[in-house]
Amino acid sequence: MLATHSTSQRRRLQAVLEHASGDKRFKILEAHMKKFQFRHDALIEILHKAQELFGYLEDDLLLFISCKLKLPASRVYGVATFYHFFTLKPQGAHTCVVCMGTACYVKGANKVLAAIQEDLKVKPGETTADGQLSLLTARCIGACGIAPAVVYDGTVTPRQTAESALEQVRKWVTP
Amino acid sequence: MGDAMILSDLTQIKARELAARKKVVLRVCLAAGCMSSESKGVKERLEQAVAEAGLQEEVEVRGVGCMKLCCEGPLVQADPENALYIKVTAQNAPSIVAALKGGKAEVARTDPDAPFFKRQLGIVLANSGIVDPERIESYIALDGYQALHEVLHEMTPKEVVDAMVASGLRGRGGAGFPTGLKWGTVAKSPGAKKYVICNADEGDPGAFMDRSVLESDPHAVLEGMAIAAYAVGADQGFIYVRAEYPLAIARLQNAIKQAKQLGLLGSGVFESPFNFNIDIRIGAGAFVCGEETALMASVEGKRGTPRPRPPFPAESGLFGCPTLINNVETFANVPAIYRNGAEWFAGIGTEKSKGTKVFALAGKIKNTGLIEVPMGTPLRVIVEEMGGGAPDGGRIKAVQTGGPSGGCIPAQHLDTPVDYESLGKLGSIMGSGGMIVMDESTKMVDVARFFMEFCMDESCGKCIPCRAGTVQMHNLLEKILQRKATVRDLLKLEELCDMVKHTSLCGLGQTAPNPTLSTLRFFRNEYEELLQPDKFGPPGNGGPRESARTP
Amino acid sequence: MAAKTLTIDGKPISAEEGATILQASEEAGAKIPTLCHLDGVYDVGACRLCLVEVTGVPKLLPACTTTVAEGMDVKTDSERLRRYRRMILELLFAERNHVCAVCVSNGHCELQTLAYNHGMDHVRYDYLFPKWGVDNTHPLFGMDHNRCILCTRCVRVCWHIEGAGTKNVSGRGAQARIITDLNIPWGESDSCTRCGKCVQACPTGALSHKGSTVGEMERDRGKLEFIVLAREKKQWVTAD
Repeated sequence: MLATHSTSQRRRLQAVLEHASGDKRFKILEAHMKKFQFRHDALIEILHKAQELFGYLEDDLLLFISCKLKLPASRVYGVATFYHFFTLKPQGAHTCVVCMGTACYVKGANKVLAAIQEDLKVKPGETTADGQLSLLTARCIGACGIAPAVVYDGTVTPRQTAESALEQVRKWVTP
Repeated sequence: MGDAMILSDLTQIKARELAARKKVVLRVCLAAGCMSSESKGVKERLEQAVAEAGLQEEVEVRGVGCMKLCCEGPLVQADPENALYIKVTAQNAPSIVAALKGGKAEVARTDPDAPFFKRQLGIVLANSGIVDPERIESYIALDGYQALHEVLHEMTPKEVVDAMVASGLRGRGGAGFPTGLKWGTVAKSPGAKKYVICNADEGDPGAFMDRSVLESDPHAVLEGMAIAAYAVGADQGFIYVRAEYPLAIARLQNAIKQAKQLGLLGSGVFESPFNFNIDIRIGAGAFVCGEETALMASVEGKRGTPRPRPPFPAESGLFGCPTLINNVETFANVPAIYRNGAEWFAGIGTEKSKGTKVFALAGKIKNTGLIEVPMGTPLRVIVEEMGGGAPDGGRIKAVQTGGPSGGCIPAQHLDTPVDYESLGKLGSIMGSGGMIVMDESTKMVDVARFFMEFCMDESCGKCIPCRAGTVQMHNLLEKILQRKATVRDLLKLEELCDMVKHTSLCGLGQTAPNPTLSTLRFFRNEYEELLQPDKFGPPGNGGPRESARTP
Repeated sequence: MAAKTLTIDGKPISAEEGATILQASEEAGAKIPTLCHLDGVYDVGACRLCLVEVTGVPKLLPACTTTVAEGMDVKTDSERLRRYRRMILELLFAERNHVCAVCVSNGHCELQTLAYNHGMDHVRYDYLFPKWGVDNTHPLFGMDHNRCILCTRCVRVCWHIEGAGTKNVSGRGAQARIITDLNIPWGESDSCTRCGKCVQACPTGALSHKGSTVGEMERDRGKLEFIVLAREKKQWVTAD
């Protein structure tokens, strides 16, 4: 099965598997792959599941997926980095996604974003030093009727201002 | 799987559903917009209030899809008196129930006969806000899946395609390609295996029509896909939906499960030889995947990069098989066309653009939300009459349609009728239906920069004009905004726009210059006001080569 | 196989059905500029240099992926095409750090040759000067990302001729880059067979043999086509 992977990578995979033996999440992930009969076209579905289980896609995880699906590692990495939704870095305990769609933009989403950036000293795509909050931007969450919208830990919140946004994020991070 | 569904089962479900209907129906919007304003809590509170008042036998509290006036959400509608309550909260919700017994509702109401509602014509959104998107029976009660039955038993695939051609429906994803022609090409393409794909990767920032349709009436899309699959000879469908739409995904999954249970999807649908299954593929945040060939690459689990056409997806698409791709709104039109007839549909709209179009009205406008209007409705009616104009007494400056692929239509052209050709003549496109209103405070060069930044970030990087051209165009726009540019830079920008438009591989690159070109066409003065004098004098008279560097 | 007759730059030509405009134009003696195309590897139509005008078609068409049709009237050269091609080349030069004077491929570089042929004596766009870095970890080869134009020839030969799947593109847009395996240093890659086909395929100085200095990196592109042809037609190989 590991014919395409030579010594060092095989060793590394073995290390991953040993490490993973006690980790249920790898079993769930493999079951998910089985549901798709380990088909190559399911790669994106598998990556979604992996990110859901692990929070982010670390190298060992990508290597595990690459081996199980029998796909070259470069392909898995290429796909994982093509799509905005996948993250290869650990996320903060909380997330704040500022929608930067056109409707939100013309209604001042950039001011909301700037206020958070300024206040928490964090750039979009980054996590605060204390690991509490990841600040992200979205291209449009389709909530244009209630612009500007911000998603706090998965909850879409309408009509945000710099003040209301700061009030919310300060609950999680002390600047 | 149980016994195959037949027509009498369908009528039975409908009859049961109608018989169970209670005297009063309180509809609570449970689409993403209102959900973010805690409409779920409103629904629970209403149910509780109904129970406390002992009205369970008379009053039904129903979660429904979008009721269109998103800016006033959460919305609750009470039938049969047709009262539309706005900005309902869990606190004031019980008074709506009290009002049913002669009390006074302490909730603001809006006029359901206002132009915002009266000017609408519902085909795609006909069931939106009425049907319960989580129950297939609710859809069947509104004659759902009858069109599929009729098509399977009374029409040959060729007749289905011919009817689609006669209806004059054009693709609602943006380009407006005649749907019947597309169906016909896939139907004629040889191949034992064919696919139908529903493009629900609504990527235009400022557009949320498809999200609303999926959240409000998912079965209409499934039925439309099934009819299309029968017409072209496909047995497998995929819905490619954005990961940013978790509620739409959940409702679709639920709808597919219910349709399978009733045998409306699967093998031998309605005791016919027709088999059809639908799977969901979840996108992962790439605007370029709205492009057909990139979308197919993504469904195949690859990087979502487009490839040159031909071969067209109709001949060689997903996994190399003939593939039909239509967008959500296109499929949602299908059941109504077969229920009411192609002539009925062809009688709506203009000569070349038939039917209706759903728009997501947003930006600097009083009434934001979803509207569905007949093709040919003047922009002015949409923006001023229905939208109520700019808020706080501001003046409308431009309307942006088509998102990053479209253009800005200035206020002096507001009498333009909304159809594919008229918008095209103004350098914009119909697009998927995002309509962002801009007022005097909006700076058009900044808008152009915003869209260019979007295209730059979303470029897949495969072809050079789009990958490197959008970066340079964005830098030039940035330079103009920072008042560091001269007329030479403006000319360079225009030249690049022309080149990227004509040489890029896919639609993303080919249309990326559109917002810049259209703002240059109608608001050139705003660019020129930002320019600095050129120390080399006007270009083209033998001055030194600017920023000349040899490699 | 049926033959198609068409006109290329006014010259009547007959070409096999299924042939591309690029293939047919070679017979017509018309030299269409290309960068991502490589004989022996499938085409992706990415560089857009080979765009041609076809009478009756409003859009420009890539010669490398458009097949010939009966009665087609193709123009491979015009003032407009030359202008667009030059602009594409300028964009490439501005995008990364192409400094010919210190490049291993100086004098043998396809990008450089194209720039000469199109009279590109200066670049009108701002140089972006990105910092892309160099991967010199491989014992035999080096990769200078600053000189990469993302034509993906190396990726295609690695997957489709060698079958190793070592190289791919990561990221997207201007951030796209060529990676080895899970974005690890090339020298640590164990899927790489060290066959060197990617180095043979590279049109610029991005991939080179270690130890080559300025202007020394010459490539033998014929080798790749030779291997593919030999495989397809079972030439030069015997069972024993």
